[in-house]
Amino acid sequence: MAITNIKNLKEFSTANERFEGAHLLCPGCAHSMIVRELMNATDDNLVIASNTGCLEVSTAVYPYTSWDTSWIHIGFENAATAVAGAEAMYKARKRKGTLKDPDAPVKFVAFGGDGSTYDIGFQWLSGAVERGHDFTYICLDNENYANTGGQRSSATPIGAHTSTAQAGRVSYGKKEKKKDMVAIMAAHGAPYVAQLAPNKWKIMAKGFQKALETEGPCFINTVSACTTEWKFDPKDTIHLTDLATDTLMFPIYEIINGHELNILYRPKNIIPVEEYLAAQGRYKHLFKPENRHVIEQIQKEINEKWEYLQRREEARV
Amino acid sequence: MAEKMELKEVEVWDGNYAASQALRQAQVDVVSAYPITPSTPIVENYGAYVANGYVDGEFVMVESEHAAMSGCVGAAAAGGRVATATSSQGFALMVEVLYQASGMRLPIVMTVVNRALASPLNVRGDHGDMYLGRDSGWVQIDAFNAQEAYDLTLCAFKIGEDMRVRLPVMMHQDGFLTSHTAQNVHPLSDDEAYKFVGDYKPYEEMLDFTKPVTYGAQTEEDWHYEHKARQHKALMESKDVIDEVFAEFKKLTGREYKRVESYMMDDAEVAIVALGTTVETARVAADQLREEGIKAGVVAPRCFRPFPFDEMRDALENTKAIAVLDRSAPMGAMGALFNEVSAALYTTPNRPLVTNFIYGLGGRDFSVEEAKRIFKEQKAHADAGHITTPIQQFSGVRGPKLGFFETKRGN
Repeated sequence: MAITNIKNLKEFSTANERFEGAHLLCPGCAHSMIVRELMNATDDNLVIASNTGCLEVSTAVYPYTSWDTSWIHIGFENAATAVAGAEAMYKARKRKGTLKDPDAPVKFVAFGGDGSTYDIGFQWLSGAVERGHDFTYICLDNENYANTGGQRSSATPIGAHTSTAQAGRVSYGKKEKKKDMVAIMAAHGAPYVAQLAPNKWKIMAKGFQKALETEGPCFINTVSACTTEWKFDPKDTIHLTDLATDTLMFPIYEIINGHELNILYRPKNIIPVEEYLAAQGRYKHLFKPENRHVIEQIQKEINEKWEYLQRREEARV
Repeated sequence: MAEKMELKEVEVWDGNYAASQALRQAQVDVVSAYPITPSTPIVENYGAYVANGYVDGEFVMVESEHAAMSGCVGAAAAGGRVATATSSQGFALMVEVLYQASGMRLPIVMTVVNRALASPLNVRGDHGDMYLGRDSGWVQIDAFNAQEAYDLTLCAFKIGEDMRVRLPVMMHQDGFLTSHTAQNVHPLSDDEAYKFVGDYKPYEEMLDFTKPVTYGAQTEEDWHYEHKARQHKALMESKDVIDEVFAEFKKLTGREYKRVESYMMDDAEVAIVALGTTVETARVAADQLREEGIKAGVVAPRCFRPFPFDEMRDALENTKAIAVLDRSAPMGAMGALFNEVSAALYTTPNRPLVTNFIYGLGGRDFSVEEAKRIFKEQKAHADAGHITTPIQQFSGVRGPKLGFFETKRGN
């Protein structure tokens, strides 16, 4: 039964399992929560493609697979194109009458980390969305190349320490701002684009279902807290994600048809970003006196972005 | 239902048009492609068929060749007939995915209109791209003219999709020399052609939801080796299916293809081994030299992969001297075709003298006169009983004569 009909977490925990519990993801990794929730957001059949990354290397190590559904991995960059090819084949075979079960409902989904979505696979995603294939692309955004040991990506926020943008005697970590992938995908004119988080699981389930039901290419950026590279206790994944959404470091919102912006979650008490940063080892150097200005800058940008999102929502443009 | 096209008994087609007609007649389910010179007209022609109702399948024009092959892989894993076309830099861009396609045992057909690899940038024909694909695990078949490009593309679907093979197939033709030269082509009717190719047989498909499949798993030192060994075995054993398909095609059309094409080789004393349009040039040269009393013959691997090792040896072992022509920059070694042919001949008792000519890079013309000169040089080696020149020479290049490697036999 699809998750949108499930009323509480207990029911959720016993829901339909097409993503098997046996996988090699780190304890406390949010990827599996997000993937499982996506797969539970529909009762339809699924054809899923994954880019290379943590999810892929942890779920299909021969002779095992965690996927009780059709699944394909080609390379680092091309899950969007792989699933687009499968979707094209579905259309061709449906028209020609060569499908085994032509009435079986099916949804096409691609997963990528922020490395393969923001960086190496950016072109492939852009192309598949421009062509209008009927699929949903989910970015599992943990803000670094976690699978290869924590290098910077263009999703890494300013000030974070990564192994290729290190904090050191003369450096406060990454110098550049995070790329705004949600805006970029909305600018493609995709019918449904959103940023969601697994701590707000009911909102996430609704967003996933909306994307799956929308005809055409949909993009969702999901916050996937990375216990290993963000450096926090694996038991705190959801707590950390609460801090991410309630500091507005990760605002939860959707953009329909490229312009209609809706904020999906408004924290009752907006928490200063310092609390979110202080909970993670990757930001600990920012608390040195000489780096304090970076925290101020992050807070300033969060405030500006929140202001912008609210004005966009209000203006309906 | 796609419209059928009425074709004349003899059509005037270039190699690109011939290949695109074969794709149309095979009723490909998904063509995922990106245009590049000189293969662009294949997708343009196909686009015209789509626009005019001659194609029922999907035509996905992607944003790069890497994406073209990625789309082909996704489509093929979803259980239908898939084709594309490319050349040169586009081929180079898709190399990563070529290995994925063959490793997943997906029968995709790709026309490769051969063109040189930059730098310097060059749009003309040589075999640099064909050679780049030679370890990618694809069947590689080479057409020497437009008729063959048409015939062998139909055969390619039947070979790759055979349940004993299930591997992707490259159909090669020479850029411009074949792809843009209009020639007489005898096509089959749409019905005859489709009947020959047959319906696609889905296997382990992603759209059969009663039986979920995982494509593109990871294997490390525990299983990777076994997978690659079995893939090699499948490619080696595809030769029997290729022979069967060629025999069936001959029965239908009277046109005969072999994995090694031999011309005037029954009593040949000297031979040229080559690929592509050069084979026809060398045949004309052999005809002319026969009139001068030189027993010249021509051998061509129709099938570059799996390499017809035994058949090459059998075709060449009774000659005295052989020139193997490589239309690809060898970059620090002997030409690839030379190495393959020499290895085959090393297993014979007589071991003919074998030399290597690099020629025609970036579309440099290769003439009948040059082929005759090379034949005559082989005759000189045969008469002397040893190689009298460097083993590797560059034919038709400006500047000082280039020669590399010396023989230790006979002198």
